[in-house]
Amino acid sequence: MKRVLVLLLATLFALPALAVDPSEMLKDPALEARAREIGQALRCVVCQNQSIDDSAAEVARDMRRAVRERLTAGDSDAQVFDFMVARYGDYVLLKPPFKLGTLVLWLGAPLLLLIAASAIMLTALRRRATAPLPPLSDEERERLRSLLGR
Amino acid sequence: MSRRLLFLLPLATLALMAGFFAWSLMAGRDPASIGSVMVGRPAPKLDLRALREGDKPLTDALLRTGKPTIVNFFASWCTPCLAEHPLFTRLAQRDGAVIIGIAWKNKPEEARAWLAKLGDPFLYAGQDFDGRTGIDWGLSGVPETYLIDGNGIVRFHFRGPITEKDVRDAILPFLKGGKP
Repeated sequence: MKRVLVLLLATLFALPALAVDPSEMLKDPALEARAREIGQALRCVVCQNQSIDDSAAEVARDMRRAVRERLTAGDSDAQVFDFMVARYGDYVLLKPPFKLGTLVLWLGAPLLLLIAASAIMLTALRRRATAPLPPLSDEERERLRSLLGR
Repeated sequence: MSRRLLFLLPLATLALMAGFFAWSLMAGRDPASIGSVMVGRPAPKLDLRALREGDKPLTDALLRTGKPTIVNFFASWCTPCLAEHPLFTRLAQRDGAVIIGIAWKNKPEEARAWLAKLGDPFLYAGQDFDGRTGIDWGLSGVPETYLIDGNGIVRFHFRGPITEKDVRDAILPFLKGGKP
């Protein structure tokens, strides 16, 4: 029973396996950490929506190696991204860059939200403006009667 | 504006989206297509060991001969490569095309055996066993084919096997000097 429980608990802490092979890793832990960060942000070009670190595809393996080679050669993170974009285009970036061609992608949803929010606010304001006045209190009714001279 | 028109807005949005989806389905749009940034740029570097024993290594000079050149990445383990192979054979034999074949992630002896069995349409053949040249060329897998003009500029990049239609509409006009 206890053993089963331990096994079940162990599955709770299981992490998704990375495709990064121990043999590909760099000796320098700082460089390897940077390679991982970059690898998570680069799209494997044959898997639609997987990073190269998550993919077991041949080309993903080659891309991971290229990332590590560039880092070892002294490239900055930005230079490594540029290296990949020069070969595979913006498609290779899991986070698309902000530019003219991606304006709708970046601003479309917030813009729709803004339009919806202002529409709701306008409606609410208009409703408040036309809301019926509260009925007169007995005191007010009394005053009104005396003013009208009845 | 009448209030009633406002109620049509969700419907109009739905119609717009439905239209877009229908167009996506029918226009032959391929969501798996990742395009290529190579087209219009100088061909990436070429520095490979020859596939055939005794041949000279492949260098950049092969891509700047003044003649249009076809570069084809293939592998003996790749089935679509088998499918497109007869087209390259015909391009080489009938149309006199200069074709450079690069065996990608393929043991040289296996690539050589494959060509010995099917026929070898390649004027030059190289080996990219570790896939480094593939990365430089923006390759996503095999087969992929590039058309390089006489000045070494990439004019076309086919991902996947070439077809009879590609030969007729792009490759033959390209070889004749027109732009594909």
